[in-house]
Amino acid sequence: MNGIEKKRRPGSRLHLKRELTAYMFIAPNFIGYMVLTFVPILLSFLYSTFDWNLGVNKVFTGIANFRYMFLEDLDFWKVVWNTFYYTIGTVPVCLILSLLLAMLMNQKLRGKVFFRSVFFFPYVASLVAVAVVWMALFNPDKGPVNEMLMSLGVKNPPRWAGSAEWAMPTIIGLTIWKQAGYYMVVYLAALQGVPSELYEAARMDGANAFQRFLHVTWPMVTPTTFFVTMMLIIGTFKSYDIMYVTTQGGPGVATKVLAYHIYNNAFVYMKYGYASALSVFLFAVVLIVTLIQFRGEKRFTNYL
Amino acid sequence: MTNIEHMAPRRIVPSKAIGRTLLYIALIAGCAVMLLPFVWMISSSLKTESDVFTFPIQWIPSVPRWKNYQLIWEKVPLLNGFKNSAILTVCTMVLQITTSSLAAYAFAKLEFRGRNFLFLAYVTTIAIPWQVYMVPQYIMMASWHLTDSLTGIVIMHAFTAFGVFMMRQFYMGIPNELLEAARIDGMSEAGIWIRIMVPLSKPAVATLAITSFVFEWNDFMGPRIYLSSTSKQTLQLVLRLFNTQYSSNYAQMMAAATVALIPVFIMFVFLQRYFVQGVATSGLKG
Repeated sequence: MNGIEKKRRPGSRLHLKRELTAYMFIAPNFIGYMVLTFVPILLSFLYSTFDWNLGVNKVFTGIANFRYMFLEDLDFWKVVWNTFYYTIGTVPVCLILSLLLAMLMNQKLRGKVFFRSVFFFPYVASLVAVAVVWMALFNPDKGPVNEMLMSLGVKNPPRWAGSAEWAMPTIIGLTIWKQAGYYMVVYLAALQGVPSELYEAARMDGANAFQRFLHVTWPMVTPTTFFVTMMLIIGTFKSYDIMYVTTQGGPGVATKVLAYHIYNNAFVYMKYGYASALSVFLFAVVLIVTLIQFRGEKRFTNYL
Repeated sequence: MTNIEHMAPRRIVPSKAIGRTLLYIALIAGCAVMLLPFVWMISSSLKTESDVFTFPIQWIPSVPRWKNYQLIWEKVPLLNGFKNSAILTVCTMVLQITTSSLAAYAFAKLEFRGRNFLFLAYVTTIAIPWQVYMVPQYIMMASWHLTDSLTGIVIMHAFTAFGVFMMRQFYMGIPNELLEAARIDGMSEAGIWIRIMVPLSKPAVATLAITSFVFEWNDFMGPRIYLSSTSKQTLQLVLRLFNTQYSSNYAQMMAAATVALIPVFIMFVFLQRYFVQGVATSGLKG
């Protein structure tokens, strides 16, 4: 990592000039990143202590926003519950499905590139476009999915995005459909890094396919599983665009999630202070997930 | 790739043949689930409105109605949306690649005080979602009169930690001897960057370019929050107009969705290994 570090003495003129050059190289990105990402992150902590409505009347109120959030905002706990529901519904299924697909794709196959492209394409397709298609397919009154269910004898097919019970599962389905291919590629990279000698040794010992999965594949991809889990959890906690373009958070508040609540408070109700407090809550969740991932990774990947 | 199959005798065992068949059936079924929504989209885009929801589904319309593809341009400012999206995407892409590549070179190959600390700062903030800081960022941009402007969005997306991280990983693999030789020949650091690093890092540049293209082209919430004038709306925002004003016309909506997907589809078909590389890189441990 520090291959060229030892050769020059610090403090010399040449050294200073070199340091200056290095700073010039990082300056454009660093200054931009500082001003537009770092500073706003810090500011969201500061703003979370303000009562700041409609862009005027900025008043310091300490932890009042957080008290309101936890104790008075009736939507908050619903929104948190919806976010958990979305996460719990999405993460395990998406994880298992993407690992399964990656394992299928890790065989000797004809048309491997074709299959990989097909599974991956929904991920690069525009969310707005695919949401429009999904909403039409799952249209409760005339959509092909319900027509099909009815022709198969289902009397009252679900009203999908139109009903409070089915709206979230519909969005979860769309999320998994769109993202499984992405995590499949992540897993595929991990599977290709598993030395084939391990499988051969397991075969010699008479391990069947399931035992080979349990004792070779699964332990070897554990770091990736941790990474994918973290990415998925953070991904589900921050999404709201998918709800915005499908259900607008409805019906009622059935699909209103935490990030959507931040958006509404900031850009619809113009409550900048309260929206920032919600952002700090989101930050805390992301931080906890990341820390658990780091710790878990250390603990469970002891073969390295 | 596993090499197990090579080791097995080449004689076809019946149980193995069944296994292969099941494997292909599973993959083809998976493909159907992934592709059918797109097929339905294209098929519906060529129908009259009254035929869109006929059941059983008529996958190939008896009389394809190409007129839908003409009408959409007249009904909503689709062309303008394309133009705005293209401006945003190209500007963001160029700025992201240039600034990331410059910073990555310094982090990978130059020595300076605070290098490891600064790099750590980049890495640790990479996972913080935009939703955490979008509110203060918006207030900041509004105070500089950069909301409701394409420039504002370009600036907001131009400086990325992911780009720096990805390019640095690539630059680390370029041997130092190469750079030392150039330095002895009297080449400046800027010269080394432009003549050695940039040409050598074409795959990394392509990967970052694709990642940034897909993000910017498909981004919805950024433009939704920042752009209010109709003349500045991007393609994704224009696409939404069919959902509200013309919600009854599914055929045209599908035609517009198809048109919006074409640029990404073309890029994807020709450059898909870079797409895949981008994902694999982001999945690797730094």
